[in-house]
Amino acid sequence: MNDRIRDQVAAALFEVAPELEGTTIDPDADLLDTFDLDSMDFLNFVTGLTERLGTNIPERDYPHLRTLGGAVAYLEDATSGSVT
Amino acid sequence: MPSLGAGMDAGKLLEWYVAPGDRVKRGDIVALVETDKAAIEVEIFEAGEIEDLVIAEGTKVPVGTVLAHLRPVGAAPGDGASPPTAAAPAEPGKAAEPEAPAEPVEPEEAAAPVARAPAAARRAAEDRPPDRDRATAAGQPASAAPAAPVGAERPAPATPAPPTADGARPRSSPYARRLASEQGTAIDAVTGSGPGGAVVARDLGDTPGAAAPTELPAAPAAPATAATSTSRKPATAPAEEQDRDLAMRQAIARAMAQSNREIPHYHLGQHVDVEDTLRWLEDRNADRPPAERVLMAAVVLRAVALACREHPDFNGFWIDDALQRADRVNVGVAISLRGGGLIAPALLDADQMELDDLMSALADLVKRTRAGGLRGSELTGSTITVTNLGDRGVETVHGVIYPPQVSLVGVGRVQVLPAVVDGTVEARRTIHLSLAADHRAGDGHQGSLFLAAIARHLTEPETL
Repeated sequence: MNDRIRDQVAAALFEVAPELEGTTIDPDADLLDTFDLDSMDFLNFVTGLTERLGTNIPERDYPHLRTLGGAVAYLEDATSGSVT
Repeated sequence: MPSLGAGMDAGKLLEWYVAPGDRVKRGDIVALVETDKAAIEVEIFEAGEIEDLVIAEGTKVPVGTVLAHLRPVGAAPGDGASPPTAAAPAEPGKAAEPEAPAEPVEPEEAAAPVARAPAAARRAAEDRPPDRDRATAAGQPASAAPAAPVGAERPAPATPAPPTADGARPRSSPYARRLASEQGTAIDAVTGSGPGGAVVARDLGDTPGAAAPTELPAAPAAPATAATSTSRKPATAPAEEQDRDLAMRQAIARAMAQSNREIPHYHLGQHVDVEDTLRWLEDRNADRPPAERVLMAAVVLRAVALACREHPDFNGFWIDDALQRADRVNVGVAISLRGGGLIAPALLDADQMELDDLMSALADLVKRTRAGGLRGSELTGSTITVTNLGDRGVETVHGVIYPPQVSLVGVGRVQVLPAVVDGTVEARRTIHLSLAADHRAGDGHQGSLFLAAIARHLTEPETL
């Protein structure tokens, strides 16, 4: 798992759910169900990710982001082709 | 001390945003008040000049207590008959009558302002938005206005801010100045986020009583209802948090018990095929960055707001044995708080906002519910409430109306269901829409038409 991306994903999550900061997140836990996030929380999470990683995340790709592990894998792919 | 929702009987004045000598106009935020649920920015509904601040920061007082004296525009200084000011009386119903308002008058001053009180009451009633008045009436004669207990205890008056050279509003609140001094922070170097750019406590890293549950529940609207988002509680000491949880629970209990006791509810529901609307929304969002995408929750709120314009009998209050239609459409959004509890702040004038603006307003409302910054008018101004529990997975909401409103709209989750379209069976995304309505104010037939209007807007997104 890419550490930089994982840290950014975690940071975006903590912005939406500050009480999770400092805890260990199971990479396979469904973020919405496990942490009681709703559609607004999830949208804010996605917005935070696009801002931090500079890559767009279309709505149809949302299912990839349901777990921490899934989100990191998706974003690794999404950012691997970017040129900066 | 205004009543910021049914079930509230006291509030703590956290911070003053004005000082004696300040000129205020209607709608200005004058103080930060802590309730069982959140720290709320309280607005004033009269214009004038602040004469003195009666209650000091950090003091908890019953609803109806005089917080400050305001000299109305045009009155002479030192005029002993200045009408008392609270941001909103607990019994706005009374303020509308040409009689001395019962609550905010201090006993010892009662004799002097009697002749002026009727004018003051009328002016107060005119200036104050009707919704706010009605919303706070809550049909609870007993709790509405404890007769000015101010005489019993008078904490030291708040420290006035040093007057600035041009007599303008102080650039910092007294509480913020105190904090800055304790922290050793140069207050002039801090950027203020309070009214008029004033430095307030949260700018110094203190968030007194910031509400934080992840979901915003509607003010004791429907206990079952979900919120479009959740807010998290601020980090407070465990015992303090427990007290607050209990107090919040009790406030909700009072309001819900009142609703059950006094409102004869009837319930209607229908499934709404939203497949086309969801596709329309997906297309619309496809080219937009996340920050500009619109949630289905906003679409629902917009549909309800438009339907309220078309069926005004469902957008109002039952007060004094009669339906009072509201003249604005302020849709309350039920938001449940993490760890329990419910708040339903209003999207003010939801019918006046285009869909994108409504989505921004919703996101902002949710953010302020979590981080603090909700205003009194948002807490008490709801003319109808929507409980969207779709995210929580329920199919159907059987709502409980938040008094003195007369309606509550419930929304369940999106389900893929078989439906007949053009003679064939297809899988269509569908939501269940429900209406809980006050049978004193209307009957099932009108309720059906109202619900059908919401459904029509939901299925015809071009009308949003």
